[in-house]
Amino acid sequence: MTMPVLTLLVLLPVIGAVLVLLLGKGRDQAVRQITLIVSLITFALSLYMWTRFDPSSADYQFVERHSWLPDFGISYHLGVDGISLLLVVLTTFLTPIALLSSWESVRERVALFSFFMLTLEAAMIGVFVSLDLFLFYIFWDAMLIPMYFLIGIWGYEQRIYAAIKFILYTMAGSVLMLLAIIALAYYHQSVTGVVSFDLQDLYALNIPVQLQTWFFLAFAVAFAIKVPLFPFHTWLPDAHVQAPTAGSVILAGVLLKMGTYGLLRFAFPLFPVAALQWAPVIALLAVIGIVYGALVAMVQPDMKKLVAYSSVSHLGVVVLGLCALNVQGVQGAVYQMLAHGVSTGGLFLIVGMLSDRRHTKLIAEYGGLKAVTPQLVAAFLLVTLASIALPGMNGFVGEFLILLGSFQSTHISHWFAVAAATGVILSAVYMLWMFQRVNYGPITNPKNTGLRDLSLREWVVIVPIIAMAVLMGVMPGLFLRPMEASVRKVVQHVVGANVQMNAENR
Amino acid sequence: MPMNDFTAVVPVIIVVLSACAVMLAEAFRRKHEDMPMGLLAIIGLLGALASSVLLWNRHLVGFGVVSADNFSLFFNVTICVIGLLTVLLSMGPAERDGLPVGEYYALMLFSISGMMLMGSAKDLLVIFLALEIMSLGVYVLTAIKRSSEDSAEAGFKYFVLGAFSSAFFLYGIAFAYATTGTTKLDELGLRIAATALEPNLLLILSLVFLLVGFAFKVAAVPFHMWTPDAYQGAPTLVTGFMSTGVKAAAFAAFVRVFLSTFEPLRGEWVPVVSALAGLTMILGTVVGVAQTSVKRMLAYSSIAHGGYLLVGLVAANAAGKASILFYLVSYALTNLGAFGILSALSSPDRPHDDVRDFAGLGKDRPALAALLTVFLLSLGGFPPTVGFIAKWYIFNAAIQEHMVALAILGVLTSVVSVFFYLRIVVMMYMVDEAAPGHRPALSVPVMIGLFVAVLGVFYLGVMPGQLLSLAANSVASIF
Repeated sequence: MTMPVLTLLVLLPVIGAVLVLLLGKGRDQAVRQITLIVSLITFALSLYMWTRFDPSSADYQFVERHSWLPDFGISYHLGVDGISLLLVVLTTFLTPIALLSSWESVRERVALFSFFMLTLEAAMIGVFVSLDLFLFYIFWDAMLIPMYFLIGIWGYEQRIYAAIKFILYTMAGSVLMLLAIIALAYYHQSVTGVVSFDLQDLYALNIPVQLQTWFFLAFAVAFAIKVPLFPFHTWLPDAHVQAPTAGSVILAGVLLKMGTYGLLRFAFPLFPVAALQWAPVIALLAVIGIVYGALVAMVQPDMKKLVAYSSVSHLGVVVLGLCALNVQGVQGAVYQMLAHGVSTGGLFLIVGMLSDRRHTKLIAEYGGLKAVTPQLVAAFLLVTLASIALPGMNGFVGEFLILLGSFQSTHISHWFAVAAATGVILSAVYMLWMFQRVNYGPITNPKNTGLRDLSLREWVVIVPIIAMAVLMGVMPGLFLRPMEASVRKVVQHVVGANVQMNAENR
Repeated sequence: MPMNDFTAVVPVIIVVLSACAVMLAEAFRRKHEDMPMGLLAIIGLLGALASSVLLWNRHLVGFGVVSADNFSLFFNVTICVIGLLTVLLSMGPAERDGLPVGEYYALMLFSISGMMLMGSAKDLLVIFLALEIMSLGVYVLTAIKRSSEDSAEAGFKYFVLGAFSSAFFLYGIAFAYATTGTTKLDELGLRIAATALEPNLLLILSLVFLLVGFAFKVAAVPFHMWTPDAYQGAPTLVTGFMSTGVKAAAFAAFVRVFLSTFEPLRGEWVPVVSALAGLTMILGTVVGVAQTSVKRMLAYSSIAHGGYLLVGLVAANAAGKASILFYLVSYALTNLGAFGILSALSSPDRPHDDVRDFAGLGKDRPALAALLTVFLLSLGGFPPTVGFIAKWYIFNAAIQEHMVALAILGVLTSVVSVFFYLRIVVMMYMVDEAAPGHRPALSVPVMIGLFVAVLGVFYLGVMPGQLLSLAANSVASIF
């Protein structure tokens, strides 16, 4: 009997969540400490899992499988491959940081806040490790509730509007996916005689092209909303701007990756022929998103909104990499998912620190911070450089691989790569311009004079982010190696299915 | 043989006896003497529940018209649970609101006996009798708050429209008898099957009238007009009782009559019921969005949930039939929980009917707010609550029958419905208290009732397997 690592990873935060809720009122400091400790233990456990992970294998590892609703072919089936392993680690890495970042800024209903942060973590890990579509959907939907509360209770002025828009928008997309999941399970029954919601059973299906297209679209729209892919992105700026810092960090750092992860894990390999047919369309939307997101980001007066639109742009790059459907492109996309999680998480942390001090997120309110808070500005600079993909920082590796992969791809036009490259350049423009307006020049606003520099807690928050950004920049192999076999397998599965289909049609 | 006749109706008899006991207790009560009426009701309902469980798998039939097959027993248990929860949640609020407690519980128990009979009747006339027994009790319960004009108005409206629908139902029975010479469901079914290829007009008329009668009782659009007013005017827990108990009983008879007796005429009624289902889901959610009264909103939500149940009825494969049973249990636990909280919170100066009354509840009464949130999320169909599994099961059946349009309509309307459920959550957690008003304390039975409901909502949300197979098993016993 080996240790059920994945169940523990999901269960630990849940136990912690119940614990802090029971601890309840008036013991805010203890609640914060327990929450942080639970999230750190979860992080440690995920690292332990990484050390035990066999990077040479493309198979699912740490697999747990128990019968749950056998009449419907539904089982409690968990497992990780190289792709989900890294995303789980990203989740467990960002959660304690997000918690620590709100140590002082969240003063009201601390226990409830900790409860939702931990249940959110559990649901996110659940999404990444589920190998049963029904189970996946449960985590997927359950994830919305804590995020809804985090935005709605601890957010800024327009929080209620943003929270409701967030939950309705994402739900509208995912319920259609639920129907497609059910239909898929019964298609499995019509072919093999048994209903199955199991991912691996469903991978093996050979679905007629017409049906694949419908299924693919139902899945793809759900994921496109989550990414968010242009033109489904309108919920994101609202949610980001109104969310509290911790919410933004998790939203940008992990939740958006659910969309790209879903495309890679479910939409593409389950419906490979439709995926290949639609890849150019999705790539086109991605490229529009890259350029559009960058242009809109450039004119934002609000820092959080700027970073939000930059996420639209960066996630477009990730989707482009997935659509390349070759090993470089997809590997770059997964790498960029991690890198974006770290660097955008960092940006939101910095914006949060500024807004904690000045209670505004408007760029025009700042200026000349370099003289007042040199340490904060230094951290800001490093995170900005990571975000604009300076060589030697995390963003570079992913974007380089994606551009390389999409340029070489036989499935989409190489002009997409060229257009995407302009977006990458634009990202340097708007990020550096914002950095310049906030930090350089004379101090125009007297309120900015007495600002305090980074506190010890803030150092502890931001240093891991910067260290991770540098580590990912200088030692990409550390992260590329575990995912390589899995990525290769997905790409081969998708391309192979198409080759087979073409051979049958000939 | 005669012994078996009686054995089959034991659960109903127990409920009727306990109703009589409550009535006698009330009659011989000295003024200002406290009698544990609620406790009597609970004992009766527990007895009925236990006897139903003991009859499981014995397939008895009483007097040729009351069947104790697993299908009826499933409904007996469901209705007893509904009754138990309603009684528990009433103990405290009913006295506080000055309701005549003896009559209240007696009428409720009589009504429950009608509901149980409705699920087990094998004869159209017995179904009609059961329907009347159930409805009469509920009409009076709706109007039981004599000091309130709303309550009287609601009771009157409900009674008039209900009587109207009963007439339709009776007409339907008459036409069926005119064409086939019987009101027994099995014989009727055989004769319909024999003429199914060329159904005559009278039989179709009978089908239509019966459908209208049922549609009234399950509040399907366009026969839902009475629902919002009756639900809003009735005492809160009576509303909860109506929306779950009456619905469950009506669906039990609906399923039995339409899916077994009138099964051969499926081609005739499926398009009509599908249209009703679609309309019901759309109207229930769209109009629900515009409500500011929570009870009225829950009334429209109840209409919408009726629409999902109708989807299960038209899908009507093995999964579809069982999904109706599962859904009714899920809805009963969830909705009674929600109404229980509403009634526990309402006080004369702050009835907790307007959504704004809920402002700040999350800070004021965190546990109660959390419970209400759970119930609302379950109504909206979020995992890991039972509401998600119930909806999934219904849509599962619809997809299996390739009813994609209904399924898509169903999931999209459920997204819309989330909007109005969340409005209350927004009020509770995200809006600060404007004017602090008085919120009454909870009685112990109410706490127990809520605890049972929330436990059920989570347990069945995570471990639905057993109930799913019980539902499938009980459906298999009549089809």
